[in-house]
Amino acid sequence: MGDIVTMDDLTNQEIVAVLDDAERLVPVAKGDVYLPLLQGKVLANMFFENSTRTRMSFETAMKRLGGSVLNFTSIGTSVAKGETLYDTMQMIDGYADVAAIRHPRQGAAQYSADAVEIPILNAGDGAGNHPTQTMLDLFTIRQAHGTLEGLNVVLVGDLRYGRTVHSLSHALVRFGAKLTLVSPSTLKMPVEIVTDLREHGSEIMETESLEDQIAGADVIYVTRIQKERFPDEDEYAKVAGIYKIEASDLSGAMKGMIVMHPLPRVDEIDPGVDSTEFARYFKQAFNGVPTRMALLCRSLGIDVPKKVN
Amino acid sequence: MTEMRRVTAIRNGTVVDHIPSGNAMQVIRILRIDTDRATPVSLVMNVPSDKLGRKDVLKIEDRELDQEDLDRLALIAPAASIAIIRNHAVAEKMKVELADDLVNIAKCSFWNCITKNDREPLPQRMRVTSRDPLQVRCYYCGRGQEIDELIENIL
Repeated sequence: MGDIVTMDDLTNQEIVAVLDDAERLVPVAKGDVYLPLLQGKVLANMFFENSTRTRMSFETAMKRLGGSVLNFTSIGTSVAKGETLYDTMQMIDGYADVAAIRHPRQGAAQYSADAVEIPILNAGDGAGNHPTQTMLDLFTIRQAHGTLEGLNVVLVGDLRYGRTVHSLSHALVRFGAKLTLVSPSTLKMPVEIVTDLREHGSEIMETESLEDQIAGADVIYVTRIQKERFPDEDEYAKVAGIYKIEASDLSGAMKGMIVMHPLPRVDEIDPGVDSTEFARYFKQAFNGVPTRMALLCRSLGIDVPKKVN
Repeated sequence: MTEMRRVTAIRNGTVVDHIPSGNAMQVIRILRIDTDRATPVSLVMNVPSDKLGRKDVLKIEDRELDQEDLDRLALIAPAASIAIIRNHAVAEKMKVELADDLVNIAKCSFWNCITKNDREPLPQRMRVTSRDPLQVRCYYCGRGQEIDELIENIL
């Protein structure tokens, strides 16, 4: 019931309600206010694949709300001995009240949700979905622009394999965004996703050049070109560093435009951008905490008070 | 009925009529009709049909199709009509109907789907997302499945 496997598990209304909850929880996320809404509750962090930000922000979110966390990694555990995901999740069903799962295989989150009683939050499954990242991305965008409606969003980099841009683009078109997809031809957004996006009646433009897109953008969302996806070094070398944003590139940007990145970055965004008014990626990383707090509360059926102080 | 007499009538078994012309071999595969079976299977291909223009017909001796077979059949012959024959007479008529949810019909074709581990115990599940044209996606990983791949991966 409280599962969030893909963004389809939340209606637009529910998305807005979660973002409203997250906004009120910001002082709690910062540690300025102590609000033990989840006291006595246990989160299982089931990470079958590496993660830094997602795992840690789930942990902080749970602890700031007075709950506790079981951290699981697959290295050196029963999984390394050949345990099925089903069996591992049966164990967790008895130990925790809610689980966040990251898994290298696509569909692992839906599979887990079917295998257990406790609510499952998908923290990334293969190249599939990453809805809690999308929620924090939406939170960041709304925080900057005051709305999610009808924005002009430019997605840049590896649009083929990047699960964050897949989930995010689906969510944005539901709010009437105009999307510009910027990538080398080898890393274009998969055709079936572009078809889905257009079916929503959204205006989608695909291009290889970022330069012309900066001036009209409300949001530039940059992703890392992932070296591990390329069959050989030469192919990677051709596109590595193809989109490198420097502070001077942003001189023509609209006031209020924001540059986002799910992090980690390599060299797509020059550190010189960090100190500009446009940089929003570190704040975006922090936003994972209040957003995941709100999502944990929703999954556990706990209402966030209308006033937090 | 002339086309029905192109092959001998069967005593007990199933007649699958109105298979889209050219799909009979796929039907044989999807119904897992083994070539080393003891009793005959008759196949008529490309005969005239009022309903389909041209059609294939399959007569399977000594086998009565069940609901699970019909669910499979719906993937490639959604307009097929089924007659169960007992003692040379039609004992039962059945229609093929494509369900929204296909449970344990075929394995997902995507190499990185969670269900690729044969030891995982939950059933294989597919969702029919569109009927015309037919579009089927894995319920777990969400990947679209080609119909040829589904037949290849029939359970």
